[in-house]
Amino acid sequence: MNGVWIMAGITFREAARRKILWTAMIAGGLLLAIFAVALHLQVDEFNSRAMSPFLRYQVESGMLMVGLYTVDLLAVVMTILTSIDTLAGEISSGTIHAIATKPISRWQILLGKFSGFIAMIAAYVVVLFAGTVAVSYWAVGVMPQHPIRGVLLIILECAVALSVTFLLGTWFSTLTNGVLVLGLQGLAFMGGWLEQVSGFSQSAHIVTLGIVTSLIMPGESLWRRAAFEMQTPLAASLSFSPFANVSIPSGVAVIYAGVFLVVVLGVAIYHFQNRDL
Amino acid sequence: MNATTDFAVETHGLRKVFGAKVAVRNLSLSVRRGEIFGFLGPNGAGKSTSIKMLLGLVKPTNGKAFVLGAPVNDVDVRRQIGFLPEDFRFYDWLTATELIRLHGRLCGMESDKLKRRVPEVLELVGLSPHINRRVRGFSKGMLQRLGLAQALVHEPQIIFLDEPTSGLDPMGRRMVRDILRAQRERGATVFLNSHLLGEIEVTCDRVVFIKDGEVVASQDLHEAERDQVRVVVNARNVSQKAVDGLAAWSTSANYENERLIFVARSKEVLPDALRHLVANGVDVFGFTPERLSLEDLFVKIMGEDHGL
Repeated sequence: MNGVWIMAGITFREAARRKILWTAMIAGGLLLAIFAVALHLQVDEFNSRAMSPFLRYQVESGMLMVGLYTVDLLAVVMTILTSIDTLAGEISSGTIHAIATKPISRWQILLGKFSGFIAMIAAYVVVLFAGTVAVSYWAVGVMPQHPIRGVLLIILECAVALSVTFLLGTWFSTLTNGVLVLGLQGLAFMGGWLEQVSGFSQSAHIVTLGIVTSLIMPGESLWRRAAFEMQTPLAASLSFSPFANVSIPSGVAVIYAGVFLVVVLGVAIYHFQNRDL
Repeated sequence: MNATTDFAVETHGLRKVFGAKVAVRNLSLSVRRGEIFGFLGPNGAGKSTSIKMLLGLVKPTNGKAFVLGAPVNDVDVRRQIGFLPEDFRFYDWLTATELIRLHGRLCGMESDKLKRRVPEVLELVGLSPHINRRVRGFSKGMLQRLGLAQALVHEPQIIFLDEPTSGLDPMGRRMVRDILRAQRERGATVFLNSHLLGEIEVTCDRVVFIKDGEVVASQDLHEAERDQVRVVVNARNVSQKAVDGLAAWSTSANYENERLIFVARSKEVLPDALRHLVANGVDVFGFTPERLSLEDLFVKIMGEDHGL
């Protein structure tokens, strides 16, 4: 396991030095600033007219969900962009030759890299998530319902996206990998919305289509589960998307995502272990 | 298991096919422990693929290969293997010290041993003034030196080098030569793949030539002097009969523009060959034996049409 630890350490350090991480950090900082300003403006507006505390709380909770949804999107995009090159790039440049000939197994290289990225992404999500919640709490005194569950689900969503970039990275070039992963992510996004729309249209076909896309790429359903866990019970029942849900992914969907992650990572390891470098 | 074999590398009928292309046809060779072994062949002969198979980077389609007595997919034996890839590249945001330290750790070296060994090996490859510089600013030659350092940091029993002197200036080449000899002195085996035949000639103990993924010849370079000799004869009145008759002592002979060039089987036969020429009416103005260079040998084995 020492090899996994060394690879995780170097990958964390490498990822932390990438410009994209700092760009994403700046984007996250901007998000927090805009979020804080928006909440302030909203508070002023609420103060200028009489509004029931109950409704006010609902709107402010809704705004917090907007902030957290942005954190989720930023985290997934950053996961893909930072990791897209790690296997594909090192295989094509030959950098991998100096590592794969050391006394560590290839599964250790892959798992180590994966762990390093997860550590970096988890730190990113926690910082931005905590920042958003802190701003909301400081400005309007609103907290999400189950913040820990929410954070863990967002990190799991990133881990799912990461496993797919790793799997495709053992097969394809960086560019192809990027196009495919972003395409799959887009598919999942669309699938999520299809399921939302289906709540209104009552079309069984659209529901099926949405479920199938969630099975192909289960990331988006994790966000919807996270949103369900974090929002107020009323908002959850109001059905306005994407922060409330017509069709809330069940616990089975979360377990499916976990199994998906393990299987995809397993196939990635198997293929990396057996391919020529 | 490692101590039971005299061979550092052994391959039997190694074959690699990529799709329709046969990269290595049937490679059988053995490298003795403690020798500097040269691996020669024209472009596309399968040298790099062969090295990759020996290092477990590429899976053979058929055949068997052992390094230090262990099968090539054995991970533990790699503690005793060093490898300098042809175009060494690594994370360029690391400093030279960090990079070598990382490679040492990957080889299972302890922290306190690394503290002593890292500066030592960087000094060995002439990078002492740059130990804390980031690799990003390194020239190709410096990267090559760094690659050599990472191959040597754990003092392996066998070192594979793929074109180690490409990108190096003459001083760098001499340094590599000295380092390789020092490795042999401490009992390590060196497996060297290089296009620079002059380098191979002065460094290696033994070479094999591969062509189309097969060993076509093997040459002990310490014995080379006792072997074939190339002779340049400045002569006139050379009949075809005189040229053909040289076949008794030579492997090839060619007359053109008053220059008769032939390759004698050994130094011992030169007086007989000269007597034969004179007896056949040839006017000899000069008779100069030259040791057959590795390059001549290479061209002779591979044929004139193959570029290096």
